[in-house]
Amino acid sequence: MAAPRVTSGLQRVLLMLKNVHFKSGYHIVASRKQYSTVYDPNEKTFEKILIANRGEIACRIIKTCKKMGIKTVAVHSDVDSSAVHVKMADEAVCVGPAPTSKSYLNMDAIMEAIRKTRAEAVHPGYGFLSENKEFAKRLAAEGVTFIGPDTHAIQAMGDKIESKLIAKNAKVNTIPGFDGVVKDTDQAISIAREIGYPVMIKASAGGGGKGMRIAWNDEETREGFRFSSQEAASSFGDDRLLIEKFIDNPRHIEIQVLADKHGNALWLNERECSIQRRNQKVIEEAPSTFLDPNTRKQMGEQAVSLAKAVKYSSAGTVEFLVDSQRNFYFLEMNTRLQVEHPITECITGLDLVQEMIRIAKGYKLHLKQADIPIKGWAIESRVYAEDPYKSFGLPSIGRLSQYIEPLNLTNVRVDSGIKEGSDISIYYDPMISKLVTYGSTRADALQQMVEALDNYVIRGVTHNISLLREILVHPRFVKGDISTKFLPEVYPDGFKGHQLSDNGRRELLATAACLYVALQLRSRRFLGNQRVSTSHKEQNRWELSLNLDKDTHVVTVFSTGSLFTVELDGKRLNVTSEWNLASALLPVTIDGTQRTMQCLSRDASGNVSLQYLGTVFKIQVLNRKAADLNKHMPEKVPEDSGSILRSPMPGSVVAVSVKPGDMVSEGQEICVIEAMKMQNSMTAARTAKVKTVHCKAGDTVAEGDILIELGMD
Amino acid sequence: MAALATLRSASSLFGGYRFIYKNLVAAHSHVWDSVRPNLHLQQRWYAVSHLSVQERIDKKREAARLGGGQARIDAQHKRGKLTARERVELLLDPDTFVEYDMFVEHRCSDFGMDAAQNKYPGDSVVTGQGRINGRLVYVFSQDFTVYGGSLSGAHAQKICKIMDQAVLVGAPVIGLNDSGGARIQEGVESLAGYADIFLRNVLVSGVVPQISLIMGPCAGGAVYSPALTDFTFMVKDTSYLFITGPDVVKSVTNEDVTQEELGGAKTHTAVSGVAHRAFENDVEALLNLREFFNFLPLSNKDPAPVMECHDPSDRLVPGLDTVVPFESTKAYDMLDIIHGIVDERDFFEIMPNYAKNIVVGFARMNGRTVGIVGNQPKVASGTAQEYGGIIRHGAKLLFAFAEATVPKITIITRKAYGGAYDVMSSKHLRGDVNYAWPSAEVAVMGAKGAVQIIFRGKENQAEAEAEYVETFANPFPAAVRGFVDDIIQPSSTRMRICRDLEVLVNKRQTNPWKKHANIPL
Repeated sequence: MAAPRVTSGLQRVLLMLKNVHFKSGYHIVASRKQYSTVYDPNEKTFEKILIANRGEIACRIIKTCKKMGIKTVAVHSDVDSSAVHVKMADEAVCVGPAPTSKSYLNMDAIMEAIRKTRAEAVHPGYGFLSENKEFAKRLAAEGVTFIGPDTHAIQAMGDKIESKLIAKNAKVNTIPGFDGVVKDTDQAISIAREIGYPVMIKASAGGGGKGMRIAWNDEETREGFRFSSQEAASSFGDDRLLIEKFIDNPRHIEIQVLADKHGNALWLNERECSIQRRNQKVIEEAPSTFLDPNTRKQMGEQAVSLAKAVKYSSAGTVEFLVDSQRNFYFLEMNTRLQVEHPITECITGLDLVQEMIRIAKGYKLHLKQADIPIKGWAIESRVYAEDPYKSFGLPSIGRLSQYIEPLNLTNVRVDSGIKEGSDISIYYDPMISKLVTYGSTRADALQQMVEALDNYVIRGVTHNISLLREILVHPRFVKGDISTKFLPEVYPDGFKGHQLSDNGRRELLATAACLYVALQLRSRRFLGNQRVSTSHKEQNRWELSLNLDKDTHVVTVFSTGSLFTVELDGKRLNVTSEWNLASALLPVTIDGTQRTMQCLSRDASGNVSLQYLGTVFKIQVLNRKAADLNKHMPEKVPEDSGSILRSPMPGSVVAVSVKPGDMVSEGQEICVIEAMKMQNSMTAARTAKVKTVHCKAGDTVAEGDILIELGMD
Repeated sequence: MAALATLRSASSLFGGYRFIYKNLVAAHSHVWDSVRPNLHLQQRWYAVSHLSVQERIDKKREAARLGGGQARIDAQHKRGKLTARERVELLLDPDTFVEYDMFVEHRCSDFGMDAAQNKYPGDSVVTGQGRINGRLVYVFSQDFTVYGGSLSGAHAQKICKIMDQAVLVGAPVIGLNDSGGARIQEGVESLAGYADIFLRNVLVSGVVPQISLIMGPCAGGAVYSPALTDFTFMVKDTSYLFITGPDVVKSVTNEDVTQEELGGAKTHTAVSGVAHRAFENDVEALLNLREFFNFLPLSNKDPAPVMECHDPSDRLVPGLDTVVPFESTKAYDMLDIIHGIVDERDFFEIMPNYAKNIVVGFARMNGRTVGIVGNQPKVASGTAQEYGGIIRHGAKLLFAFAEATVPKITIITRKAYGGAYDVMSSKHLRGDVNYAWPSAEVAVMGAKGAVQIIFRGKENQAEAEAEYVETFANPFPAAVRGFVDDIIQPSSTRMRICRDLEVLVNKRQTNPWKKHANIPL
């Protein structure tokens, strides 16, 4: 009954995408939702909901509330007073200053806001108070509905040991292991056999990889046991060992569940979230390339049985580790709406927020397990304001001077809570948006994601689009050969941006050369009388010299109208474009291949920054004359980076461990900078005496600020 | 007393020349010796009369092109500097340079200067006209390879010639300065030459644009010429401007100072404000100068240029709606507003490192050149400001706004308090279109100060302050009086300015006849 309705809803959305022309901002997203649970306007619901969150998730929730005719209340910190979620909501209440502990985590202030606005229910989003049982209790005490599970489930699933026990009892696969102390080699082998290879032997007191061995057979177990106990004894003075199943090359795959207050529960298929850095997800997709229907069903059923075991209601997520043999093991359950819920919405057609609200209001799920489809494929890229060249992403801040979401493309959903002019500050998560694409096949969804990334204009902050795009086109990712170790395995020396192929280099250089010519031609197109000489014909042949990565390329461009022919490295390329020099996007066709590049900056000195295949390349374009003369120009000596320690990101100084005159050795910690919940240790680049200290604990520093100067030796 | 002061400063001026001379002689005699045999051979033709006129023309042209000879050209390159001719070539469109006075030679006969080998066709400056993006410009480029680019009577005469013609036809003059100073051997002849140029700088001012690009030393009296021109640009690390050099400074005040510290690009763009902008090297400076040239009208009788523009004039700028922070004391960056409003985010900032509390520069709106003056909100009052002569400086700004007859559009983004409201092209100073953003606060002073005066001694100061803010810290008092024409949504600012500029394009306004205005200096 419900399934056809869902399908027709999807069709409607797709048709809308084709026909509707939108102008700006979040309105687009609101109108082009890829989640379309049929809404019954006669079903009574809450009058007013307060959203105890900010950013994209607050906006996301407000959209569904609007659809359901529910009034919304936003809470915000003082710096967020003109944020998108505040503008979208019907009412807004300031709950404190910028630090989250004083605003979005400030329960007193939020409770006060609820009372003041008479909100009947609270949606906590994710993070902040979403899994805080205290908050849920306080709401219950005042008769306000918490849109989420009850406190019992939050508590039970919030505790690692307790949740594992409950899972075990609910017949959910947990990581097998021997919880006691292993006596000797023989016992170790028998335990290992029981668990099944491979196993990990680790010190009871261990940590940091010390006293840890992986064994794939009896022989290795014997050796591992001996080594580990020796190492454990010498490192920790405690030779007690534990044995646990070793999850080889694990994937992180999670199951979305939906349960009502009447004992009904559904699993809404899986999300593959293996692409991570520092345990934070970067790219997610649904479904997973790795699961067969049988495994999916088993995982789904176990997830549902866990949900039922804790009398779960609302949307929740059961996370599993899956090994290379498709064995899966329970990791934890998240008792909230997940960041990556949109991809589930895309493939199931359900509006999870709407379902959560219905469930909280006490309604029964109107779907049965058989009604849950997997329609097509959806991918989500988390677009962050961070520098991917620094440990796959260190936060960056700034004002979004230009910001255009790629909503001109079909099958693209952007969940964001910012707009052009917004500030990405040190106080909150640096996520810019969740970019979701979908298609009937994985290949379609991937292709659309690549297009969307190329068409996404983000200026004013450093962003991770280069990393996202490289992952998406990496052969291993395309094949689906991924694990949680994907990033360190593929980029063992860190991410360094797109590596140009010969052909790619030619495309990039040809475009830079043509852009230069287009600018030069335009710079003599005066309107009105400027007494421009008529005796000189418009130049149509340009000899240029391009510098890229310290290599010089000689390029000749012939121009006829908007068509440019480029000669470079003995090859000829035809480049066409509208050459709209004001547009943030630079679509070009090079010998029939369409590329969407972006010109980030250009100056009179011939320097141009082009974003090509996601990565920004700096090129200097000079005419031959200028290039010839440029060789006489003195090399400017760059600052000695070994003597000056600069903050790699904006943040606050937590501790400074040196003072002027101190000797520091190479690699020694000098100070600690905290940014976006992360502490980063800054170390000395060489052994030297500290000359000056420019910061103290508590200071706020900007990216590039000098922290410490070292003297000579 | 005053006369004495003049005399003293004049003597230091001459001291400057002397110092230059000393340095030059020291520097040059070295190079001179090493290249002399070669030059000697090359220049033999001077005395050879059996050559045909054509051959002599060719030889002279060849010699002129070589300036002070290959060794000095190499030395110039080694310093990271281009030669006078290379600079002209790079500045102008290819093959458009028309050189004047290639055969002019210096006329000094003292100190053996009249010997054939001491004469260089064209002397120490290259002059002529050419095109930048097709538009006419007159150029002189001092040749450091010939007598260190020192200014002889002939050198000055060449410059004066192109300046005179530039005025005659209405085209800008660009000077590329690289000169050790006066030609000491010529004495007063050289000084007369400077003054001839100064006079023209003054008379030409306001008739055609004059731009100086300092690409080497420019010291002593010579500095007055760039200072008189409309724009002075410098090249980092290789150009210097000072009246008296480090040696004289040392002997007079015992201060140790390097050339760079005393008169380098950093000093003049950040401390003294003498230069309007500095560039990394010769090549970048010349390329930037080409770009800059496109903003300027050719003369006072020509319209400012309008370029083909791809940026929609009715483009909304949503980011501007949130650029002014909610907290009225929190700073924001005026450059964010400027970049958002102008065509293609392209803003040529003038004096970016000097007086950072005001942003000035050129941009285009719907292709039309506009000058922009923006307050960067962090001005503090204090004794330093008063002692620094803020009254006179502020009056200058007021004078300039009031006197200007070009279309004037004003946007009050936030605070317009006290005299600053009046000064910044207010309606009362003939602002054509004056807008306020909703965040505008137009009042005599901030709430706190005002309340202390109005409600002196009143108990509840906080309440009074709130009342004052409610009454005055908003755009309404100005709007109800018609002092601002409209209160506009910030995101519509670009669209409105473009539209207004189109309306104002035929604005004609004249000031009362006067011999000359008297801007407070």
